[in-house]
Amino acid sequence: MTDPRNIRLRVPVITRLEGEGALELYCRDEQLERAVLRIFEPPRFFEKFLEGKHYSEQPIIAARICGICPIAYQMTGVRAIERALGLESGDWIGRMRRVLQCGEWLQSHALHIHFLALPDFLGFSHMLDMAKVHPQAVKRGLRLQALGNDLISLSGGRSVHPVGLKVGGFHNAPAADVIAALLPRIDEALVDAEALVRWAAGLDLPDDHASFTSVALHHPTQYAMNEGRVCSSDGLDIDACDYRQHFREHQEPHSTALYSLLDGEPYLVGPLARINLNFEQFPAEVRALADDCGLHFPSDNIYHSLLARALECYYAVWEARQLLSGYAAQAFSVPDEPRAGWGAHCTEAPRGLIYHHYGLDPEGFITEACIIPPTSQNQARIEADLMRGLTAFGLEHSDQELQFFAERLIRNYDPCISCSVHFLDLRVHRH
Amino acid sequence: MAQASIAVHKLTSCSGCQSVFLNLGDDLLVLNELVEISHFIEAGLNNFDAEVDIAFVEGSITTPDDEARILKVRERSRFVVAIGACACSGGVQALRNVKDSVGWAGAVYADTEYLDSLAESRPVAQLVKVDLELWGCPISGRQLIATVRALLQGVPPVLPTEKVCQECKRAGNVCVLVTKAAPCLGPVTRAGCGALCPSFGAPCYTCFGASEQPNCDSLGERLVGLGIPQRQVAERFVSISSGLEPYQKAWARWRIPAKQLDS
Repeated sequence: MTDPRNIRLRVPVITRLEGEGALELYCRDEQLERAVLRIFEPPRFFEKFLEGKHYSEQPIIAARICGICPIAYQMTGVRAIERALGLESGDWIGRMRRVLQCGEWLQSHALHIHFLALPDFLGFSHMLDMAKVHPQAVKRGLRLQALGNDLISLSGGRSVHPVGLKVGGFHNAPAADVIAALLPRIDEALVDAEALVRWAAGLDLPDDHASFTSVALHHPTQYAMNEGRVCSSDGLDIDACDYRQHFREHQEPHSTALYSLLDGEPYLVGPLARINLNFEQFPAEVRALADDCGLHFPSDNIYHSLLARALECYYAVWEARQLLSGYAAQAFSVPDEPRAGWGAHCTEAPRGLIYHHYGLDPEGFITEACIIPPTSQNQARIEADLMRGLTAFGLEHSDQELQFFAERLIRNYDPCISCSVHFLDLRVHRH
Repeated sequence: MAQASIAVHKLTSCSGCQSVFLNLGDDLLVLNELVEISHFIEAGLNNFDAEVDIAFVEGSITTPDDEARILKVRERSRFVVAIGACACSGGVQALRNVKDSVGWAGAVYADTEYLDSLAESRPVAQLVKVDLELWGCPISGRQLIATVRALLQGVPPVLPTEKVCQECKRAGNVCVLVTKAAPCLGPVTRAGCGALCPSFGAPCYTCFGASEQPNCDSLGERLVGLGIPQRQVAERFVSISSGLEPYQKAWARWRIPAKQLDS
């Protein structure tokens, strides 16, 4: 009789993630019993920080949830508060907000592809080494990232924790000559982004298939960023107000992020989920580029997340160009008056769907805040995928091989672990 | 001469100041030539135990693990540079030091047993000697590069201590406090951002921490006098740099006790 081989593989720190996380695998008799992505970002209690603040401070405080996607937290909150106040900010403001989102998607995706993900597929431990062998590809990535940052700075002043967005619109409108100076760079970036998509399409990515539910915003006439209904590949179609009737969070002991389930099951949010649901909403040029590169969506291969990010980079540049050509400054905000109310909203952060709701008192102070970031929505999906992927990969591999496999799998989801925000599990809201 | 080495560490934070490194673009590749980057987890370099010349530390201390980590960082580093509002003042999460935060963990998490969180958020300098502080939320990339260059030359960098108002006047901005009655904290905030918010028509909210000699009493009276609700004035002071004493005192002075609000 042989003793069962009990492995307990512990990877204390996973590099090339935003924020810090660890991975634990528990195996018995060559069977994986449990795969745990342990998040040890300290809890920061953002929902509590927001309670008691005037709504005008929401963009200031909520941005600090994440230094990589601050706009997502500002935008979702500002839109939720506008809904609570019954504000309609109009077409021009909506378009300029899309420019901001394009900037954030572009900088975040370019950063993820080049700094975090590509080293896995090209055999480097980090980007700075990769830059020595692939200088052109890395410089192209840095140029795209820089344009993303500059698009954010246009109406935000800086790319980390920008200051332009407010309830009702913006604090200011960019000057026409600033936009005019940026347009030639956007044209150049379109060439870069196309090259990125073609280059990424030629990468040798693992051929891996899994069944999962994709969840994303869906809009009938545009590729959804800030507006739309919450839809799933299984037919869910709801307004953000009804989000919490379908999605429930619970805590696991090893994590300061709460786990979110859709009708009791894990689901995927993020670029691959978006493209799986919304490929047809892309403009013809973007779809044609995908076809030309042999990229087909929907895809059930999680490694295609990298291709989805690359294609969204191209789309973000394309869309920013559309939105900014013929630019003329218009009224950049509508007046906001405090009143008691409640509002919920969802937008698409670079890493996926994000949900906020706020309750306001008659003077405009926040009485209740709820923030559900993309990573806590993906966490159950990541662990399910680790169970499936590692079991198929085979536990006979060395610990080092298992670690590389698991880390590479996790990075597909681009978990952004800084966002330890959380919500009140027991809180019930009644309209 | 051997190349100088640097490390980038993270405690409790949003990763925004590390992102300033990653957003340097071509300058990041130049930095990589100037110094050896030994440890920077987000960039894929995991070498915590390396002895380095300069350790940049992002984030505040909110857990026992943060405490243990910063002591080790201090031992292994010639210079410790605190970067950002969290490392310099405790950051936005120092709101837990100000507000009644006893029940927060229980309200957010079903089970608080697994959380290992200290009662207060503290700046790095409360635990170890800090050689230099780079303020900001996030830090300025320009100040970061200037600091590395200065330290490599063996001289201290020149960093501002004056008020945002002075940068704002030099930038030729129209004052948002005077003309829009906006609750601008520029008169009590350290310069360094280039008067970013007022340049956008928005009021300053203390990213770079307290200026020299901040007169929060007079500013608070002025803001209340402009008709801004007293509660809102109180809250403006405890924002990004809520760990700082002058701001906490101003909050305590202008806040309306909860009891009074209920009646």
